[in-house]
Amino acid sequence: MSDAPIPAIQASHVSKSFGQGQALVEALKEVSLEAFLGEMFFLVGPSGCGKTTLLSILCSTLKPTSGNVKVFGTDLTTASNRRLTRFRREHIGFVFQQFNLIPTLTITENVSVPLLLAGKRAALANRLAKEALDRVGLGEKVALRPGKLSGGQQQRVAIARALVHSPDLIVCDEPTSALDSETGHQIMEILDEVARDSKRCVIVVTHDPRILGFADRLAEMEDGRILKITTGTAHGAGS
Amino acid sequence: MITLALRMLFNDRAKYLMLVSGVAFASLLMIQQSGVFCGLMSWTYSSLRNLRAPIWVMDPKVEQVNDPKPLRDTDVFRVRSIDGVAWAAPLYTGNVQGRLPNGNFKLVQLVGLDNNTFTGAPGPEKFLAGSLEDLRLPNTVIIDDFAVQRLSDGLTHPDGTPRKIGVGDVFDINDHEARVVGIVKAYRSFTGGPYVFTTYDRALQYAPPTRRMLSFVLAAPVEGMDPAVIAARITRESGLQAQSEADFRHLTLFWFVKNTGIPVSFGTTVLLGLIVGLVISGQTYYTFILENARSIAAFKAMGASMPLLIRMLVTQSVVAGLIGFGIGVGLAAGFGYLTAPKGQPPFFLLPEILFGVGGFILLITISAALLGIVKVARMDPDTVFRG
Repeated sequence: MSDAPIPAIQASHVSKSFGQGQALVEALKEVSLEAFLGEMFFLVGPSGCGKTTLLSILCSTLKPTSGNVKVFGTDLTTASNRRLTRFRREHIGFVFQQFNLIPTLTITENVSVPLLLAGKRAALANRLAKEALDRVGLGEKVALRPGKLSGGQQQRVAIARALVHSPDLIVCDEPTSALDSETGHQIMEILDEVARDSKRCVIVVTHDPRILGFADRLAEMEDGRILKITTGTAHGAGS
Repeated sequence: MITLALRMLFNDRAKYLMLVSGVAFASLLMIQQSGVFCGLMSWTYSSLRNLRAPIWVMDPKVEQVNDPKPLRDTDVFRVRSIDGVAWAAPLYTGNVQGRLPNGNFKLVQLVGLDNNTFTGAPGPEKFLAGSLEDLRLPNTVIIDDFAVQRLSDGLTHPDGTPRKIGVGDVFDINDHEARVVGIVKAYRSFTGGPYVFTTYDRALQYAPPTRRMLSFVLAAPVEGMDPAVIAARITRESGLQAQSEADFRHLTLFWFVKNTGIPVSFGTTVLLGLIVGLVISGQTYYTFILENARSIAAFKAMGASMPLLIRMLVTQSVVAGLIGFGIGVGLAAGFGYLTAPKGQPPFFLLPEILFGVGGFILLITISAALLGIVKVARMDPDTVFRG
């Protein structure tokens, strides 16, 4: 048995440009990185540096202009849209900056969405969703709608939704930017636990300096390039 | 996911009510106006419904039942002589003035039936009072239920309270006495005059004299023969025009469709209903999609396939449409129920109207859903990562 880390994401020479001619914008330039199972990998940098574009490519909601991206061995650059849709459904959990919870549904119904998309029956999806909400400390509020919850609670619902179908990769886009410091810390502890205990790869895009301590590794980006990849403080704590 | 899609729709109360109201209003407008149109059109051939005869024979120039061209009295015999005709009887129809006890005049639709057989007279089941046989008494007429409303002006009880005209009452037609011996239920005439039935000879006394007085010859084929076939034979052999009742009904109906502005008028309102429904529903549903754009983009990011999203959008739209349609049908039926006793405005709700309007509503809802589908199809899943 080897203790070598298992690669979750392998991106090499990924470039992405938008527009044409004089309006051409190169959002990513020859970006390469690797992320592993059980790792909390941060993409940091100033606004417009390309971190969200990179995240979109890593979770297959956007195709790169050139380069190669493999997630759990699947080449996302050559797969058909149908294959990518299925891939996201089965392997990826999403935590969005604005939560993107559906206001007209209860939080249980919101959390059950990935399960229903995966073809689970409503009753089972409902039960698993309630269990997921219980795990993030919202077991008492399963019948409420998102509008009745605080920002932190809504983000916990989003995390429950991202985890409920047991994906291998969790992508988080600015998960704490809409939260106060203490709530942001609580949210990151939940994500940290997910990465470490269940051996999932968690990719976090952020420019919130308060949470950088949770990173195993950080990729610092600027002008569409990764300047350097450093080991975070969490790495030492976790080891 | 379909259930969740419906919950998304139902829980967005304001949009849902707006959407359903738009469709309900459009349905009501289309059904109610179509119903009144059909009711009005059914008045055009009331004479054919009130005077049942398998074959109607008339002057070749006649275009519809309300505008007869006089025939010779001998034409009845010519029709009777044609092979395949079981019987033929004369009929007079025309508009004359009836004078009421208070001196007021009212237009009536005078019908003169064959003196001996009363061919074409309303059946016993139509009689509300009196009897057909009493028509053999001198100066007698049978009036319809609408006449009870129209010809009662000035009639009072001994204590001075108003009363309705009934059996035994008398009014004048062209200075001739007309004694009521029966009241029947009849379909209302297009001209608005109540039906007054009497014998053929008496009708000729009531009506202003012209050189020819016979309006139609009512006829029937021998048993087992097709009325349309015998009608064609009568036309061929007599030089007159003969129509089966069904054909004459269509001829009359389409004469009004072609020669009056009624279909255009009602058609415009129905079209407006369609446009209003389309605009309200389309805009409301499109707004609903726009407001849920981020949620839908999140669905796409999380792995919802386009066919699934299309099913969700179509279900939302069609369900809202069907509920709105149901409410519209209910309101239109309520309108018909309330106006039926008075018969004003006429309302005739055919199953074809419901199917037709249902089809239009389906068109509206599918179009509204299509607007949303186009929007969703153009939506990139990575929209959720952008501000």
